[in-house]
Amino acid sequence: MDAATRLKAAARTVLFAAAVLLHAHAHGDANGALPERLSDTGLYVAGSTTQVRPGVLAFAPQYTLWSDGADKQRWIALPPGTFIDASQPDAWQFPPGTRLWKEFSHAGRRVETRTIARLADGSWRYATYLWNADGSDAVLAPARGVAAWPVPQAPGGRYAVPSRGDCTGCHESAATPVLGFSALQLSAQRDQENKTLLNELIARGLVRNLPRALTQQPPRIAARSATERAALGYLHANCGHCHNRSGAGVPLRLTLAQSAADPDASRADTVASLLGVEGRFRTPAWAEAAHLIEPGQPARSALALRMRSRDARLQMPPLGTDIADDEGLRLVERWIRHDLSVEPRSPTP
Amino acid sequence: MNTRVIHIYCTAAALAALAATLLTASPRAAAADNANAVARGKYLVNTSGCHDCHTPFKLGPNGPEPDMSRMLSGHPESLVMPPAPALPDGPWVMTSAATNTAHAGPWGVSFTANLTPDADTGMGQWTLKDFVSTIRTGRHMGRGRPVLPPMPIPVYNNFTDADLEAVYAYLRTVPPIKNRVPEPLAPAQKTAGN
Repeated sequence: MDAATRLKAAARTVLFAAAVLLHAHAHGDANGALPERLSDTGLYVAGSTTQVRPGVLAFAPQYTLWSDGADKQRWIALPPGTFIDASQPDAWQFPPGTRLWKEFSHAGRRVETRTIARLADGSWRYATYLWNADGSDAVLAPARGVAAWPVPQAPGGRYAVPSRGDCTGCHESAATPVLGFSALQLSAQRDQENKTLLNELIARGLVRNLPRALTQQPPRIAARSATERAALGYLHANCGHCHNRSGAGVPLRLTLAQSAADPDASRADTVASLLGVEGRFRTPAWAEAAHLIEPGQPARSALALRMRSRDARLQMPPLGTDIADDEGLRLVERWIRHDLSVEPRSPTP
Repeated sequence: MNTRVIHIYCTAAALAALAATLLTASPRAAAADNANAVARGKYLVNTSGCHDCHTPFKLGPNGPEPDMSRMLSGHPESLVMPPAPALPDGPWVMTSAATNTAHAGPWGVSFTANLTPDADTGMGQWTLKDFVSTIRTGRHMGRGRPVLPPMPIPVYNNFTDADLEAVYAYLRTVPPIKNRVPEPLAPAQKTAGN
């Protein structure tokens, strides 16, 4: 690199730094302290903790993360005049200032509201708020989380609050930290619920640049049966944020994330990385389950056994759940038992 | 122009100076930085007890000593442990293998990890982020199962990010050793072998 080129590169860096800092100045809290109360995070109108602020959009992904039976509500807010760049269908780019919230309830009691926000420098900040017993507001949880917070309405009367490290563990292992707000999760062609949010977002200009092919033919998981589509969707939502090929996932040849851009390829990747593939995890109690999936035999498939386990050494997912999801397991086991029993085996990748 | 905007422009100027420094830095300087990090990492590994558990001990002429031919490769795959002895009720809670690479206690049986850069059985595929977040969160790669006792995560969490980067840089340079460490055993399985 010669001196002139270096000078130009330095000048570009100056301009970029100035732009980032001025943006931070305009938006106030680039690296400021987290608000102590949820009511100060911009979710609700002033003076309320029930009335959502105009411009904050409720949404629901078609495939949901199991959270020990908690009821969940989700919202997103973009800064005025900004939009989501969907040109990479599996890695939407959210503008600085984007905020998302997810509220967790048990038996009608609001327990926790998690929030993530994109800062001016492009990084993401995570926080969670714990509702007080009378539901009047929620206060910032400690960064290290709470292992067993007493909540009578929660299963077993205890509730685990994630640490900030837990937040990044899941949210920063995928192509984008926003896991439930994507072309696939909001697709107009849904397995569950009949929503048209993606079309509405595009019509309002909040999502732009989604490839034309996906507006004409809404994204859908490639599958050979309805059971398989639902099972792959379940794995996508519950496992794909770590087991993916984005480069940020765990370093295993295991693909459980499905792609809106190339659904046939991601389905093939998933099947090839599971069927008859020896797992690295071995334990004497599961000597018969050497393969991640043994077609037709869920009881000999490490995938299903680890999903059923809640031993901290074995369980999958390792975070965010203390109770196995019986309904989700039945779905995955049905897929292994019936749909995959006739799947031709692929060579180990 | 208020003081905050002035501050922003000053910060931008400082960033520009930093950028100019970085952009003019030579590959030789980068290599020197990495060498310094590796040396610092080696110092930290050698003085922070890493070998005590991650390098198997053997009995030498002067008593137990780390077997440096298996440096930092964790519990030997070939050493299938017999059932851990049952301890009587009382203050004793842990038993350890002579190699100091397997430990039995209320958490079950844990086996020390292979820290060498072997791609299949060690940390060859771990990124710096995987390593740092393991220490910061006490979970494998910051998102997997909990790291088990007696690994002193709370102690090593006192390392600065620069320290952890140095340790990671050094661990990338040690000889890779193929050694697949067994998975931990649950307390109920303490009578099982490997």
